[in-house]
Amino acid sequence: MKVYWHGTRGRRGGETASRFRRRRDGYTLRDVMSDAVRGLSGRPGRLVLTVVAVMLGIGSLVATLGFAQTGANQIQARFDAVAATQLSVAPAEDPMDPGRLLAVMPWDAADRMERLNGVVAAGLVARVEAVQTVTAVPVNDPMALPGRAPDVMAVSPGFLETVEGQVDQGVFINTFHESGAQRVAVLGPGAAETLGITRVDNQPAIFINGVSFTVIGIASGAIRHQEVLDAVMVPLPTARQWLGLATAGELQVKIEVGAGSLVAQQAPQILDPGGGEGFSVVAPPPVSRMREQLTGDVDSLFLILGLVALGIGTLVIGVVMSLSVLERRGEVGLRRALGATRRQIALQFVAECVVVGLLGGLIGAAAGVFGVLGISVAKAWTPVLDVRLVGLAAVAGVMVGVLAGLAPALRASRLEPATALQEGT
Amino acid sequence: MTATDMAQAPPRATSPNRPLIELTDVSKLFAGPPQVLALNDVSLSIAAGDYVSVMGPSGSGKSTLLNVLGLMDRPTVGQYTLDGIATGALNERDRSRLRGTAFGFVFQAFHLLARRTVWENVALGMAYSGLPRAGRAERVDEALAKVDLTHRAWAKPSTLSGGERQRVAIARAIAAGPTLLLADEPTGNLDEATSSGILEVFDALHREGLTLLVVTHDPKVAARAARRITMRDGRIEGVTAA
Repeated sequence: MKVYWHGTRGRRGGETASRFRRRRDGYTLRDVMSDAVRGLSGRPGRLVLTVVAVMLGIGSLVATLGFAQTGANQIQARFDAVAATQLSVAPAEDPMDPGRLLAVMPWDAADRMERLNGVVAAGLVARVEAVQTVTAVPVNDPMALPGRAPDVMAVSPGFLETVEGQVDQGVFINTFHESGAQRVAVLGPGAAETLGITRVDNQPAIFINGVSFTVIGIASGAIRHQEVLDAVMVPLPTARQWLGLATAGELQVKIEVGAGSLVAQQAPQILDPGGGEGFSVVAPPPVSRMREQLTGDVDSLFLILGLVALGIGTLVIGVVMSLSVLERRGEVGLRRALGATRRQIALQFVAECVVVGLLGGLIGAAAGVFGVLGISVAKAWTPVLDVRLVGLAAVAGVMVGVLAGLAPALRASRLEPATALQEGT
Repeated sequence: MTATDMAQAPPRATSPNRPLIELTDVSKLFAGPPQVLALNDVSLSIAAGDYVSVMGPSGSGKSTLLNVLGLMDRPTVGQYTLDGIATGALNERDRSRLRGTAFGFVFQAFHLLARRTVWENVALGMAYSGLPRAGRAERVDEALAKVDLTHRAWAKPSTLSGGERQRVAIARAIAAGPTLLLADEPTGNLDEATSSGILEVFDALHREGLTLLVVTHDPKVAARAARRITMRDGRIEGVTAA
C-alpha cells in the first residue's frame, strides 16, 4: 500500500487540506550523473589524480596485453624460422650394435626429399674423415706453427639454404660442380681465416691431402650446423672420388611451418620404399603446441603485471574517495536534510567513481594502444592488437570505479544528517 | 494514526487548530560518553501557519528539538506526529522522503556548495523532494525572486555577502514548496542590519502562509515570532504568545 504525503502551503487562520503525499522518486539517473560530474569538476586536481591512476592501470593492462601479443608474434616468427622449419634425417644406429647403421642414405636423397609437399629445400652433409691436411700452399712449411686444420664436409647444392646460410663472396656448390666431380671448395668464414683466404675473384687454391681445390666461394650465416662456418665444403661426388667419402651422411631439410609431422612421416618412406624403419627423423614439435606454450608463458606474466597496476589504481581511487567523503560530510548532511535517502547518497559517490573509472579506462586504452603502436614502429615490429581491448578497457574502468567507490559510498550513506552537518561546519 | 491510515482516509478539511506538529513527552538522550539528556519530556504542538521561535542558551536543547522536528534525529522516547503521521513508524527511507517534501531548512552556517552557482545551489534539493524535472527551473527562478537575488543567479557563493548567502539558503529551502521552514540560528553569522533583512524575508514568507520555526539565542529574533518558546536544560521553560 503506497503511503501518500503532500505538502501544501497553508493559509494561516483558514481551513486547509493538509495531507503529505509521497511524490515519485525524482532522483533520476540524469540527476545522479549530473551530480557526479559537477561533484568531480569542482575538484579538478583530484579528478586528474584519480583518472591518471585508473589510466595508468588500464593503460598498462592494454599495453602489456598488446605487447604480449605483438612480442609473441615476433618471437614466434623468429622461432618458426629457425626451429619449426628444420628437420633432419639420418640412418639409425643399431641399438644392439652401436656403430652399425640400419640403413644407407641414398646419394640422391636430397632430390627425393624436394619432391615432397611442405619441403622448401633439402641438402646432404657428410664429414670427410680421411682428410689429413688442408693447406693453402702445396707443401707443408716446417717452420709454420702447427694448427688445427679445418674440417672438410661434403655437401649437396641445397644444403646452404637448409641451414639459413648465405654466400658472401663467389658462388656456392651447384649441380654443375657435382656433375663433373669438380675439385672446387666453399669456405666457411672460420676456414677462410685459418687458410688466409680473403677473396675468391683471383681463384685461390687450397690443398686437401695434397690435392688442389679451387675456392669458388666464402659462405656465412648458418644458423644450424654452425660447424660449417669453420669448415671447407666440397661437392659430394668430388669427396667420393678424391677424398674417399663412403656414405652420404645425413639429410638436412627446410620445411614449411606446420609441415613437420607430415614430412617426418613421409621422409623414411621416400628414402627407403621398402620400409624406412632404418632412418631416424628429428622433427620439430607441432607449431600450435609451441605457440601455445610460448604465448601462454608470455601472456601470463604480462597479465599479472597489468592486473597489479590496475589493483593499485583501484586502491588510489578508493583512498581518494574516502578522503573526499570525509571532506564532504557537510555536503552529505545537507543533502540528507534536503531529503536524500541513504541509497541516493551512496549512488552519488559510486557514480563519481564510475565516471572516473570510465574516463580513466578510455584514456588508458588510448594510451596503451598508442604505446604499442609507437614501440612497434620504433622496433619495426608488426603490432598485434585486439580491437575488443578498447571496449573491455572501458568496462574494466567502470568496474574499477564501482569496486573502489563501494566502501566510501557506504560510509557516506551511513552519516547521520544532524551529525554530518555539525561536523561539516 | 499511521501513514497507511492517512492514505486510506478521504481528504478532509482540517480545523485551524489541528496541530501540524505534535510532540508528546519526547526525550532525547545522547549516549556519549558523556551521556546528555538533550530533550527532557518535551510536549509541543504547532499549527499550520504558525510562526514559532525557540530561544534558550547554548546547550538548552533547542537545536536538538529542531533536528527531531525536522526528522533528522529520532526521539529516544515519546511520540512525534506530523500532520497525523506517526513518524516513529516510518523507516529511514520514508523519513528522508517526508523530510524532503515537508520541510525546508536554513542553517547558521548557510551550507552552500562553494563550487556551484547560486542557481545550482537553490536547485540542489529539487530532485530529493520528488518534483519532476519539468518545472524545476521555474521554481528556482521564483524562489530567487522572492529573496531578491535573481541578478546574482550565476554568481559563486564566495562572491556573496553573508546576508546574500543566507538568502540563497532561504531560496533553497522554499524552492520545492515545503509546508514548514525550520531555521537554526539563521542570523547567527550576520550583523544586525543584515539580520533584520533576513527576518523581513521570514515575515514575508509567513504572510504567504508558510509555517516557520526559528531557533535562536537572540531575543530580538525571537520577538519577531507570534509564539515564543523558551528552553533550558532540555525542558520547555515557558511559552509566550505575541
